[in-house]
Amino acid sequence: MKQKLYATLDAAVEGIPDGARIMFGGFGGSGCPNNLIEALVRRGSKNLTAISNNCGTREGELSPLFKHGQIRHVITAFPGPHSYYFQERHAKGEVTIELVPQGILCERMRAAAAGLLGFYTTVGVATEVAEGKEERVLDGQRCILEMPIHADYAFIKADKSDELGNLTYRLSARNFNPVMATAATTTIAEVEEVLPVGAIDPEHVITPAIFVHRVVVAKGIRYAA
Amino acid sequence: MPHKLRLTREQIAARAARELPDGAYVNLGWGVPNLIADYLPAGITVYFHSENGILGMGRRAKPGEEDFDLVDAMKVPVTLIPGASFFHQADAHLMTRGGHLDAAVLGAFQVSEHGDLANWKVPGAKGVGAIGGAMDIAAGTKKVIVCMEHTTREGQPKIVRELTYPLTCLACVDTIVTDLAVIDVTDRGLFLRELAPGWTSEEVQQLTAAHLNF
Repeated sequence: MKQKLYATLDAAVEGIPDGARIMFGGFGGSGCPNNLIEALVRRGSKNLTAISNNCGTREGELSPLFKHGQIRHVITAFPGPHSYYFQERHAKGEVTIELVPQGILCERMRAAAAGLLGFYTTVGVATEVAEGKEERVLDGQRCILEMPIHADYAFIKADKSDELGNLTYRLSARNFNPVMATAATTTIAEVEEVLPVGAIDPEHVITPAIFVHRVVVAKGIRYAA
Repeated sequence: MPHKLRLTREQIAARAARELPDGAYVNLGWGVPNLIADYLPAGITVYFHSENGILGMGRRAKPGEEDFDLVDAMKVPVTLIPGASFFHQADAHLMTRGGHLDAAVLGAFQVSEHGDLANWKVPGAKGVGAIGGAMDIAAGTKKVIVCMEHTTREGQPKIVRELTYPLTCLACVDTIVTDLAVIDVTDRGLFLRELAPGWTSEEVQQLTAAHLNF
């Protein structure tokens, strides 16, 4: 059996180099791999590209990575009103940003996961997000070309994993996690609990183990919203 | 005229709630739309959709029952109604963009007479703006209802001939519910359907920077 269980958070983020592209699951604090993010702060990898719906809320989520100047570029849908460390770095020109409509962010990751080289959409036509993108008319509708988003790593938060890395999620903490898990070369999951193989009903598996490469147990950190 | 009573945010929400048919699947945006769930007419069940992967969202959680794994698009803890389901963010937007929802109720900075929507960025404001799910929702949803105040705090009309705020989506708005009126956007222009109590069509036209048919 392929060994995917890691004893510590620090071991689970070992080998992540400077300049890595990393997806971070979560919708605000819900489903955010806060423990892995703290481990990455300890590791100190720099010049990272972060792909994430938000850019941190107060001290939580991506905020510590912006605080320590580890992120250079971010691909995001909604930086968030309380993403103070991101806002500060961005205002100083230390972080660049690509704003992407949220559903298109998902589909660009799904395209990467599915081996598709791009797709056309009406979303964003004639807006700022269309700038520099190919536009054409399909079926009588103006649309723009969107390209896949791939990552070296995905940091995700799941509820339970079995020893193989089959994952389940809790309530709406699922959000971006299953999508990102499929779009990265190496997916690292922090989970509340690891169960023996066979303990998760196959019908209840949301992310199949093929997408998961490292699993580490960590009780979810929740920051005040 | 400035002293005339306008509908409150809650009254705008209550009026917009009456646009939603029984059994509808509906996405609610930030601001006034978020109040709508509290003002559904008796006997009407609406399945509220949240972009983070919920269908069948109920009222907000009361103190003590909050679970931060169960939140709405504003990241506020909510509850579920019977028959609710969870799915991931990509499927949530498959529902918006793919035209599977019956309606979306969104806030707006401006709406043009063509139904163009601006709701993600204020020109000249600090920061990079906030698209979130707005562009997907506006582009794909069958019926887009905008809830907003009729004018800005400075008294400037928010219904205009051409947008001056950054565009969210072209020609997507079907109905505008404001503190003064209900207006339908059609191929033949804007049609004033209803007035707030005490207001005349002429008065509402004066506060609208596009032609109203009435």
